[in-house]
Amino acid sequence: MAAAPILEFRGVTKRFGALTANDNISLTLNQGEVLALLGENGAGKTTLMNILFGHYQADEGEILVDGEALPPGSTQAAISAGIGMVHQHFTLADNLTVLENITVGTESLWSWRQENQANREKLTRMIEDYGLVVDPDALVSTLSVGERQRVEILKALYRDARILILDEPTAVLTPQEADRLFETLKSITAKGLAVIFISHKLHEILAISTKVAVLRRGSIVGTLATKDAKREQLAELMVGRVVTRPKLSAIKRGAPVLEISDLTTGGGGSSALKNVDLVIHAHEIVGIAGVAGNGQAVLADILSGLIGNFTGSASINGRELAAGDPRSIVASGVGRIPEDRHARGMIGDMEIWENLISEDLRSSEISYGGMVINGDRARERATEQIKEFDVRCEGPEAETKLLSGGNMQKLILSRALSRNPSFILANQPVRGLDEGAIAYVQGRLLEARQAGAAILLISEDLDELMSLTDRIAVIYHGSLSLPEPPGKRSIAEIGLMMAGQTQNKSEELQGVGHGH
Amino acid sequence: MVIEPRQSVSIWRAGLAPVWAILASMAICAVLIAWAGASVPNAYALLIKGAFGSAFAIKETLTRSIPLIFTGLAVSVAFRAKFYNIGAEGQLYAGALAATFFGTGLITLPPALMILLLILTGAIAGGALLIVPVLLKTHLKVDEVVTTLLLNFVVLLLVSYLIEGPWKDPMSLGWPQAASIIDEGVFPLLLEKGRLHLGLIIAILFAILVWLMMRFTVLGYEIRAVGYNAKAAEFAGINVNRTVIITALISGGLAGIAGVSETAGLKGYLTLDLSPGFGYTGIAVAMLAQLNPLAVIPAAIFLSAVYVGSDAMSRAVNIPTYIADVLVGVSVLAVLCSVMLSQYRIRWLK
Repeated sequence: MAAAPILEFRGVTKRFGALTANDNISLTLNQGEVLALLGENGAGKTTLMNILFGHYQADEGEILVDGEALPPGSTQAAISAGIGMVHQHFTLADNLTVLENITVGTESLWSWRQENQANREKLTRMIEDYGLVVDPDALVSTLSVGERQRVEILKALYRDARILILDEPTAVLTPQEADRLFETLKSITAKGLAVIFISHKLHEILAISTKVAVLRRGSIVGTLATKDAKREQLAELMVGRVVTRPKLSAIKRGAPVLEISDLTTGGGGSSALKNVDLVIHAHEIVGIAGVAGNGQAVLADILSGLIGNFTGSASINGRELAAGDPRSIVASGVGRIPEDRHARGMIGDMEIWENLISEDLRSSEISYGGMVINGDRARERATEQIKEFDVRCEGPEAETKLLSGGNMQKLILSRALSRNPSFILANQPVRGLDEGAIAYVQGRLLEARQAGAAILLISEDLDELMSLTDRIAVIYHGSLSLPEPPGKRSIAEIGLMMAGQTQNKSEELQGVGHGH
Repeated sequence: MVIEPRQSVSIWRAGLAPVWAILASMAICAVLIAWAGASVPNAYALLIKGAFGSAFAIKETLTRSIPLIFTGLAVSVAFRAKFYNIGAEGQLYAGALAATFFGTGLITLPPALMILLLILTGAIAGGALLIVPVLLKTHLKVDEVVTTLLLNFVVLLLVSYLIEGPWKDPMSLGWPQAASIIDEGVFPLLLEKGRLHLGLIIAILFAILVWLMMRFTVLGYEIRAVGYNAKAAEFAGINVNRTVIITALISGGLAGIAGVSETAGLKGYLTLDLSPGFGYTGIAVAMLAQLNPLAVIPAAIFLSAVYVGSDAMSRAVNIPTYIADVLVGVSVLAVLCSVMLSQYRIRWLK
């Protein structure tokens, strides 16, 4: 192509103190291309996009759109140059309609009336052109996650975006919704637009992109055409070494450990549990798949002791669960890995040793008479745990918030696992971690399974569930399906169940592929 | 201009923040002093001399710091759990009411026991005043800033009613004041001359006790955990509501002792001007001390010195004593800014 590239990064560098988030990044993007930015968390993908969109200013280098330099640090300039961003977390007003959400901010505050008719025609035309089906008059609060994402894309296109940036767009979608998104992206690029697709999921990148740029620690370590790229090669580029995730080994399951029957919570809504039955045995990992907000968080909160208000029964090793009492639940042999390690798992402002005693403060090991903390013993135990779980830190008295996500998760693991629990609740245990830490966490869970623990793994990553569990159940609107071994259902079938479609229906739709 | 978090905050920088803040606020107040037509160096010299220039001045400054140590401790404990108790003023008067009720002849015990009894009843009264606000917060999520603040006025009106009416001392020649604390209950003086009384020792003792509690006990751990991250504390099995309630009772109790100390230590009887806002100044003390119970002692002495010194200064050079309030207010603002700046830095872009 002889024409100037639609977008070009030239030597873009951004530093935060001693950390170089982007180091001399040079990239080009042509019309009709889908550029995938691949990299682990913290590799610098989001920083680069924030520079492009004017949220940050680069320390060095420049960005050219159609051969002309983009004024740095101005979101307004980025939008008028035709850059549109679809954030991972949607920025829509729930109580406005689709049309209002899309046109808000595009009209002058001083105009006499809203150009409703013209706006509506433009939007309807776009919906047809790009196949982004959504009702312009529907309230955003009534839309599904996939539909909301379409509104976000329409919003960017409505402002005449020619370069569309999608930040981890599939994180909240079922596999089918993701496939549909990919179709949309193809129709968008066919019209001459360019797309930047940020992800760390290799199969998606191979399915949708035309070009891949791999970022590692702020630098581009490889740019290649997708058709020449291999999955293993990309993985190695991204991580910097060959990392193999641990695999499940065959082992005979033992006696039932966790027994849940007819568990129901009130309140209604899609996250209230409805007659949930589940049994997990010793030496067994059972996975729960589901779109966020379908009740998995409520189930996890009950098993953690945060919710005590439910009907039905839950027992561990035949003993009734101490409802709503986290301390007794932990004492009865439950290890818990919470979904959000910053909000629930650790207290960032406390020291490491303090966080490691939070669950057994009043035990005779940690305090004298449940009143005065035995600081020496607590620090000693923390030192042992730090060593055993390979936490990289300055020592037990380091401030917890200074740790990386992976090291923080190792601390949570050590707190949950070092008492050899018979049941482990692992809620999104590897979310946001880099490959090395993922392999470590998964390996530890498998070791616990080997040692005889029963494990409940809640994850949004279907690949993780397929490779790490003995059985998978799907949760939709608070109802849990029968758990089946991973081989028995395809990812496509599980995806349909996550969207609430019954198994019978799924048979006729089996052709809807997942991007493998 | 961009504000960025620092990679690490040295203890040196964090510890010096209040010192810089005090210097900055003195610089800002210098403008006001000059505006009022006085010589700035002279005014500050008089202020320092007024606060520390003589044995009498030092004793006055320390005496004035006693209630501030108690209210500063009360606020720092509560704020540590993110329970924003703005009602130390009311709790102080509740303590004073209890001291007056029990200490003016109802019960007579030997001196040591009598003082202990007054402190205990004052603490219970101060804590009891917080029961309703804290239960409203834990059970109905009513904002405690509003309830504790408004209770101050309720308590002041109650005091006013009592000392103008049923509790009015018939020997007071018409002045609105309650009967005197009996001799057994009066705090002994520490030195022969001046007004410095036993309250200072008790206050320092309590500062050490609170520090030990926050640092070494399970309860102190739970208070800090709830304040830093209530959701994580709850996940770990800490009963958040129970911890907040206990924190409130301790906080109210400490403020109540301030009232006992002022009534039985300084004045000898309850009046409506027992506290010129010690409860509110306690917030400034706690902020200056960055909620550290031991640092409350120097912070209280500093603010006390500002008030005592500016009294002397205004008498000498005819500047309104309100300059003390300005100096205290500005220095608290400056501390908050400097604490933030010790964790962030400002970088100027071309």
